Amino acid sequence: MGNVITLMEESVLSTHKAEMDTLLTSKGDSQRTQYPYVTGTSVIGIKYKDGILMAADMGGSYGSTIRYKSVERIKQVGKHSLIGASGEISDFQEILKYLDELILHDNMWDDGNSLGPKEVHNYLTRVMYNRRNKFDPLWNSLVIGGVKNGHKYLGSVSMIGVNFEDDHIATGFGNHLARPILREEWREDLSFEEGVKILEKCMRNLLYRDRSAVNKIQIAKITEEGLTVSQPYSLKTFWNFAAFQNPTVGAEGSW
Amino acid sequence: MDRDATADVNAPHSMGTTIIGVTYNGGVILGADSRTSTGLYVANRASDKITQLTDNVYICRSGSAADSQIVSDYVRYFLHQHTIQLGQPATVKVAANLVRLLSYNNKNMLQTGIIVGGWDKYEGGKIYGIPLGGTILEQPFAIGGSGSSYLYGFFDQAWKEGMTKDEAEQLVVKAVSLAIARDGASGGVVRTVTINSEGVTRNFYPGDQLPLWHEEVEAHNSLLDILNASSPEPMST
Repeated sequence: MGNVITLMEESVLSTHKAEMDTLLTSKGDSQRTQYPYVTGTSVIGIKYKDGILMAADMGGSYGSTIRYKSVERIKQVGKHSLIGASGEISDFQEILKYLDELILHDNMWDDGNSLGPKEVHNYLTRVMYNRRNKFDPLWNSLVIGGVKNGHKYLGSVSMIGVNFEDDHIATGFGNHLARPILREEWREDLSFEEGVKILEKCMRNLLYRDRSAVNKIQIAKITEEGLTVSQPYSLKTFWNFAAFQNPTVGAEGSW
Repeated sequence: MDRDATADVNAPHSMGTTIIGVTYNGGVILGADSRTSTGLYVANRASDKITQLTDNVYICRSGSAADSQIVSDYVRYFLHQHTIQLGQPATVKVAANLVRLLSYNNKNMLQTGIIVGGWDKYEGGKIYGIPLGGTILEQPFAIGGSGSSYLYGFFDQAWKEGMTKDEAEQLVVKAVSLAIARDGASGGVVRTVTINSEGVTRNFYPGDQLPLWHEEVEAHNSLLDILNASSPEPMST
């Protein structure tokens, strides 16, 4: 097989050659690695004073085309958790169906207990890792965040089952562009306003530098009291710099 | 060169295609071109890519002709049984989700993008786009097929919420016609299907009656007509 899948490659569409290979090699079910078609880009999550804040844009890319601009990539899971996904949207929709079933069975016990973010994270880790072992991954990077009984939880799972828990999480391009910002500016006791400002700083950076980013984002908040997913909104961008106006003055022909 | 042209005749039938589905105030309009190509050869210049699933739900098919036909056959079969068990017309949402299940669970083998459109008494007119991979997205309008690449900018500018039936129909015909002008894999006639509370109406716009775009010229029966129309001796040295 010889294919090394890195974090960046999960959002790159295959070439025709790769498609021909799977069609022509008739190994049937034993060769099932897929290729992503409609993909979402970065998700960022941070812990703050009262709970978790998560941000993602609403783009669904189809290769290099920005095909869909109203895809909700952050969703509620039960009473205590939020899930954000990057990668193949159809696989995320399937994961949401699995989670629906999980939460339904949890509610049917009617025992007063309800699954919290740590349990949901564990469940998804098992699902993702087992699929990876069958060479039939769900092509997503997931961020799970929530608060239960006063404990804040934020974790991530990748398409190959790598999972960890941290104070701030990012997927895709966010790993490279957002995490350095978060490492510098995150603190334990961030207020809601400060948290939103940091997330917006990261999202704006991604908008400038991630080709598949779309300027329509949602920020979701979850606390012990409940959760909200914001209405979609756009960020202002800044282009009015002297250096941008005449970048090739002094070096005509350069770019 | 000759070798390449004939080899294509046996290539898998694929619908290059332009397909569109739009909602308007009262229902939906589905539109499509009519070209089915095998490689460079046009196998069918008058295909019907808008296929019926039930009385009130139709789909636009793009990509592999075989894959899209078999998916629509299965979904028609399932919907028929579902309608009998339910005792009333199936909803557009159910039809779309059945298409999604087949597309998603067979994503490694299928190569078809589908637009599901219809009208039911609960939600009115609805359009669902189901691209490669099996993602399902409910949208006010959807475009698909190779010709759709040329329509993203057009729809960004021309789409409006709450159009009338006639406005929406004109928009769909204009859009398919523009795509045909630029996409080699789309061509032929423009077919539309309008679905609302009153029922279903099929329309047909022959290729020679579509508007002319940039660098396209009027059609004539013969040069001779042009020569005779202008003056007795148009050619002189």
